[in-house]
Amino acid sequence: MSALEIATRVRSGERSAVSVAEETLTAIAARNADLNVFVHVEREQVLERAAAVDAEVAAGRDPGILAGVPVGLKDNLCQTGVPTTCGSRILAGWRPPYTATAVERLLAAGAVPVGKTNMDEFAMGSSTETSAYGPTRNPLDPTRVPGGSSGGSAAAVAAGMVPVSLGSDTGGSIRQPAALCGLVGIKPTYGLVSRYGLVAFASSLDQIGPLAHTVADAAATLEAIAGHDPRDSTSLPGPAPALVAHLDEGVAGRRIGIVRELVDGADPEVLAAVEAAAEVLAAAGATLSEVSIPELRLGLSAYYLIAPAEASSNLARYDGVRFGLRVAGSDVTEMYVATRTAGFGPEVKRRIMLGTYALSAGYYDAYYGQALKVRTVMIEAFARAYANADLLLGATAPTEAFALGAKVSDPMSMYLSDVFTIPTNLSGHAAISVPFGSGASGLPLGVQLLGPARSEERLVAAAAVVEAGRGVPGA
Amino acid sequence: MSELTRDDVAKVARLARLHLTEEELERFTGQLAQVLDHANDLRALDLTGVAPTAHPVDLGTVVRADEVRPGLARDAFLSAAPQPEDGRFAVPRILGEEP
Repeated sequence: MSALEIATRVRSGERSAVSVAEETLTAIAARNADLNVFVHVEREQVLERAAAVDAEVAAGRDPGILAGVPVGLKDNLCQTGVPTTCGSRILAGWRPPYTATAVERLLAAGAVPVGKTNMDEFAMGSSTETSAYGPTRNPLDPTRVPGGSSGGSAAAVAAGMVPVSLGSDTGGSIRQPAALCGLVGIKPTYGLVSRYGLVAFASSLDQIGPLAHTVADAAATLEAIAGHDPRDSTSLPGPAPALVAHLDEGVAGRRIGIVRELVDGADPEVLAAVEAAAEVLAAAGATLSEVSIPELRLGLSAYYLIAPAEASSNLARYDGVRFGLRVAGSDVTEMYVATRTAGFGPEVKRRIMLGTYALSAGYYDAYYGQALKVRTVMIEAFARAYANADLLLGATAPTEAFALGAKVSDPMSMYLSDVFTIPTNLSGHAAISVPFGSGASGLPLGVQLLGPARSEERLVAAAAVVEAGRGVPGA
Repeated sequence: MSELTRDDVAKVARLARLHLTEEELERFTGQLAQVLDHANDLRALDLTGVAPTAHPVDLGTVVRADEVRPGLARDAFLSAAPQPEDGRFAVPRILGEEP
């Protein structure tokens, strides 16, 4: 059942939130040992929360548009008292003393957060294999990865444990796992969703968003969590956009550009899926054209300097003093080194060192400084493209879900998984991945719609057209 | 090829407060050089006069009204620390001499 169907029934009293929560807990218990999706579930708290939603309904009050909907939370989102590890040993056992704004807003909409989902350590990865708590498996084929870094959030929805999850997207970490698990995933405009209570990876790129089976569920969830928050200094002004109200708007008269650089190098099945999605959009009244934005080719290099640079600074706080792991040392510096060496895994160490190097004296201008200028060049190139197009279309990921272990020993090949998603993070714009077509092994693929800042209304409307055009689910 | 050397990686690890084994030093030098090689496409560009973008949204400096309001509870944070002591975070000695 979709999130919106659950909410409708709970709000009308036709179903109890407690019965929905019990079903979710049973579904998690049935498959979590095999798939390693949830790293933490607060069983009693979930049932209490669901009972509170039922009490609201019984008292004649409306709990909200997500009444009784079980939601998975990526383990970098804080909820008071609930363990938050970011997939890292360095935060093992830490229980945050505050709740993320996005989670508070889910609660205010009547949702029932059921637990924390596995992720690449500090969201650094594209397969959920860098987690200190073991890899998550793709529910559609457990020999394969679910994508990452929000792989647990994607697998939780794909396995039917929850209808919707929250993830975070720094370079594609919502959209790529959504594509690899056959789901809808939205990377909102930077600043649309408050980052308060999201553990920072790369602060100028990170953005929270939903993963769901349907465009409508993803749109409703984003609408619930978006909007200005004074506790995040990068939060955009203004209320949340009315996304659900725009779902049926269609694409008649929209100009959509198929971007050569967002399909080049992809598997032939991926190219075919993008072409077929373009035909669906054209049949619905959009004007399709082919465009080239060569500057997007610079995105991967710029991202793998900017994101590690910001991460090396953000992760300096894990020093064994205020929270998480401490490993003893004879003086404070030895304690820092011992704690960080034991607490971080290899991918996090690689990125911290890469970022430290890119920011260090003598290399700053050549690497980090140059990457910031490339960011400007890319934003200007996007602006030129959007002068002639309302939306852009491309692939989400170059391949279908790949085998566990296939890329772990070759960081550069793993980084290339994000080549089509990274440009939107660098520009701060919005994008959505919609399941469409299937790969050589029959696993789902995703196509990606991109729009300028605050274009979520037209993005979900176009995504709904693509979704309706794919015929039977999984086609 | 990137000019990254083993000594560079050892220096960066020191700056980042990480200890690497000899084997890790070897492996990370190769892997980081590969990423930096990929970044050579950026280094080759002439971007003279292009302004850097550190942040996608320019909201300027955001300040809140200067009003007293409750913050988060100190004890909640201290109790999550590895070694809270007398309302503070205790750490091993900082200066060179024995206490």
